[in-house]
Amino acid sequence: MSESSILQRASLGAWLEAMGRAGQRVLAPVREADRVVFATPSAPDQIATGFVQTPASAKAVVFPPYDEMLRFRANGEDVHVEEPSIAAEPTVLFGVRPCDAASFATLRAVFTWDSPDAWFEARMASLTVISVSCTQCDEYCFCTSVGGGPGSTQGSDILLTPLDDRRWLAEVLTEKGQAAAALAPQLFAPANGEAANKEKVLAHVPVRFEAKEFAQWLPSLFDRTDVWKEQSLRCLGCGACAFVCPTCSCFDIQDERVRDQGTRLRCWDSCGFRLFTLHASGHNPRHVQSERWRQRVMHKFSYQPERLGVTGCVGCGRCSRACPVDMNLGEHVRMLSEMSV
Amino acid sequence: MELLRDKAKSLLTGGAVQVVIGYAAGSATDRFRPHFARSADDADRLIFGEGCRQNLAVYLLKPEVRAMGKAAVVGGPTTLRTLLQYAVENQIADGLVVALALEDGRVEELTSFAAVEEYLAQRPHGLSDGDRAELEQHAARSQKDRWAYWSAELARCIRCYACRAACPLCYCEQCITENNQPQWVPVASDAFGNLEWNVVRAMHLAGRCVNCGSCAAACPENIRIDLLNQVLAQEAMTQFGAEAGYSVRKEYALSVFKPDDKETFIR
Repeated sequence: MSESSILQRASLGAWLEAMGRAGQRVLAPVREADRVVFATPSAPDQIATGFVQTPASAKAVVFPPYDEMLRFRANGEDVHVEEPSIAAEPTVLFGVRPCDAASFATLRAVFTWDSPDAWFEARMASLTVISVSCTQCDEYCFCTSVGGGPGSTQGSDILLTPLDDRRWLAEVLTEKGQAAAALAPQLFAPANGEAANKEKVLAHVPVRFEAKEFAQWLPSLFDRTDVWKEQSLRCLGCGACAFVCPTCSCFDIQDERVRDQGTRLRCWDSCGFRLFTLHASGHNPRHVQSERWRQRVMHKFSYQPERLGVTGCVGCGRCSRACPVDMNLGEHVRMLSEMSV
Repeated sequence: MELLRDKAKSLLTGGAVQVVIGYAAGSATDRFRPHFARSADDADRLIFGEGCRQNLAVYLLKPEVRAMGKAAVVGGPTTLRTLLQYAVENQIADGLVVALALEDGRVEELTSFAAVEEYLAQRPHGLSDGDRAELEQHAARSQKDRWAYWSAELARCIRCYACRAACPLCYCEQCITENNQPQWVPVASDAFGNLEWNVVRAMHLAGRCVNCGSCAAACPENIRIDLLNQVLAQEAMTQFGAEAGYSVRKEYALSVFKPDDKETFIR
C-alpha cells in the first residue's frame, strides 16, 4: 500500500504535536551529552540528525531490559500471586534507521512462534514505526548483506527519505502509517515523480556477503573448531554486543525475594555469558568462549533463518561499535562466507 | 614499531614464549584490537600507538591463552602493575610471563617480577595530573550533586558486565552477581540494582585496581565507572598505605588481618 508524498521538514513540529494530541508518546533519537539516545523530544529541533546510528537499539520499546512478570507474597501456607497489568502506551518511534525497523520482524518471529508473548504483542500492537533512510554509513554497517538496505521499507509504517535540506519523501506503507499521516493530512503534498530521486540520496553500503546463501552452508562449518577459536580468542565474554543488538531476544527469568515477598523478573541475557548455559549440575555444554561465539553466529545466520524464516541480524553494526575488543561481526561473517569458495 | 616486532619475533622464534599478546589494527583508523602473535608472520601485524589502551593482561588468565604456553604481554605501566597484582594474588608464577614494556617507542623486555618492580620503581607512581585534577573536581562538588551525578550515570547501566569482562582484576570464576541463592545483588537494571552492582564491584577492587581505565573504555554507555575505582584507590592509599601493583610483596588492604589493626571491630 505504498503511497509517496512530500513532507516539509519544517512541518515536523506540527506533525509531532498532532501525534501528542492523539495520545501518542513519541520516542526519537535525541542528543544527550556525547550520545544519541531514544527519548521524548521536547521540540522537533531536539531530534538528532547527522548521526550514523544510535549506540543502543530501540528494542527496549517492545522488549525492555527487564519486565516484572508477577509479584508473590507468602502468608504462612498461603501464597498470593499477582500479575501486573500489561502497560502498552501508544508509541510512535520516530527517526529510527531502516535496519531498526526491519529488526522488529525478527523479534516478532521469536516472541510469537509458539505461544505469543502477551507483553510483546501488546507493545508491538501499539507501536508505529516512522523510520528515516540512511544517507551515510560507516565501516560497521552491513544491512545490504542481510537483505536490508539504506532505503529499505521493511518493517516501517512510514519511511522518510531526506531529498534535500528541506524535504522528505514520505512513503506511507501500512494502515498504522496511514493513521499517523492522517493526523495532519495537510502536511503531505503529492510527490509528483520525486520518488524517483530517492535512490540518489541513499548511502552506498557495500555488500560484504550474501546472508541467504551463507545460511545454506553455514551448518557445515559447525565443526571447524579452529576457526571459531581463532575468531573468538579476543572475545571477553561480556554482554555488550547482545544488549545493544536490535534482534537479540534472549532473557533470563529470576525471582527476587525479600523475606516472604518478591517479584519474578525476566531480564536481558546473552549467549556470550558463561552462565547462559551453565546447568545446575555444574556441567556447561558450551564450556569455552569459542562455543559461545559459534552459537551467536549460528543462531543469527543459520538457526533463525532456518526455523523462523527471518534473518537474525539486520546489519546495523552496533555490536561491532560497542565491542570493547573490536569483534567485528560483518568482518567475521565475511571471513566465514569466504571459506566456502 | 619495528623494535616491537623484532623483539616479538626473536621471542617467538627463539622459543622463549609461544604467544605475544599485543595490538593490531582494528575496524577503523582509530580502533585497535588485541592480537595474539604466535609466529614471526603474526608478529608483523603488531602495532602500538596512542589508542592502544586496553589492558591486555586480562588475557593471561584465560584458559585458551594459558593453553598456548608461555606468553609475552605488551603494555605500559598499568599493564605491568597488573602483573605484580596478579603475583600478589597468586594468579601467575614468576617467570611464566614476559612483559614488553613500551615507552617512547622503546621496548624493554622484563622477564621477572623483580624486573617489573624495578622498572616501575623508576617511574612516577599514583595518579596522573589529569586524573588527579578530575577527581578533585568531583570531590569539590557537594554530596547532593555527586549523588545526583552518580544516580543519573548509573541509571544508564545496562548490566552487560563489559566492565567486569575487560577488567584484569575481575577474574572471579563466579561473580557475586551470578549467585542467586541467596541473591546478593539485584538483577534488574534499575537504579537500585545498578547502584548496588557498581558499588559492589568498586569495593571489591578497592586497593587492587591499577587504574588502567579498561572498565570505562569498555562501557557501551560511556559511564566513567573508573572514577569510583580511582577514589577508592586513593582511599586505600590513605587508610592502609596500599598502592596496588608496585610490589609483589604488597598486601592488599581488604584481605589482610593484623592483630594490631587500627579498627577495633576486627580485633
